[in-house]
Amino acid sequence: MSDAATSTFVYVTYIRTSAEKLWAALTQPEFTRQYWFGMHMASRWQAGAEWKLCFADGRVADIGEVLEIDPPRRLVLRWQNEFRPEVKAEGPAHCVFDLEPSGDVVKLTITHSSGTPNSKLISAVSGGWPKVLSNLKSLLETGTPFATEKF
Amino acid sequence: MFKALADASRRSLLDRLHRRNGQTLNELCTGLDMTRQAVTKHLAILEHANLIAVQRQGREKLHFINPVPINDIAERWIGKFQRSHLRALSALKKSLEEDDHE
Repeated sequence: MSDAATSTFVYVTYIRTSAEKLWAALTQPEFTRQYWFGMHMASRWQAGAEWKLCFADGRVADIGEVLEIDPPRRLVLRWQNEFRPEVKAEGPAHCVFDLEPSGDVVKLTITHSSGTPNSKLISAVSGGWPKVLSNLKSLLETGTPFATEKF
Repeated sequence: MFKALADASRRSLLDRLHRRNGQTLNELCTGLDMTRQAVTKHLAILEHANLIAVQRQGREKLHFINPVPINDIAERWIGKFQRSHLRALSALKKSLEEDDHE
């Protein structure tokens, strides 16, 4: 087993929508806030551009860089925690978004991995991603997210 | 998804991935009382139900547990109830049942 595997989580969801709509939902703050418990990503969305994930009140949760961008198919981010010192000390992780349309659904795969074995960042995000993705699916398919407040 | 979860062998494969994510077929077969063919078949059913995701890393195929569909179900039926209350109840059940075994 490689060390990378110990600090990798993979999330897959199938959403009845188009790749373009899903891409917009991932990258446009006014859309993101609706399913990401008020949080949003901010970036100029170009390779090499700065990337931030912000809380509803504007505080920065995570920072990084757009490493690879191919709308509406693939987005690779360098992801570094900013607000928890012990997680920040661990260094950056990678987060890959892959969008694969097939018929009337799009398969969204999110792979979040860190070079650090038993990464605290990866285990911290592992509780969050399923909730965010369930909400995103519900929003795109029905027009309303399941939940607007974090449990 | 429920059909995929209805089988004890498949649930035990998910338990193994839950303990350690990102295992190869060989790793998953180790210590199991199942043939390699049976494990392969169960993994295909789990993948079809989107309960696991398979990723290629070099020459190896790694298997990852995918919690998103189970979370969708949780949001559908229990999301609107107080999750903290449910957590407190399961913690209580767990601690009481552990006491019984002592």
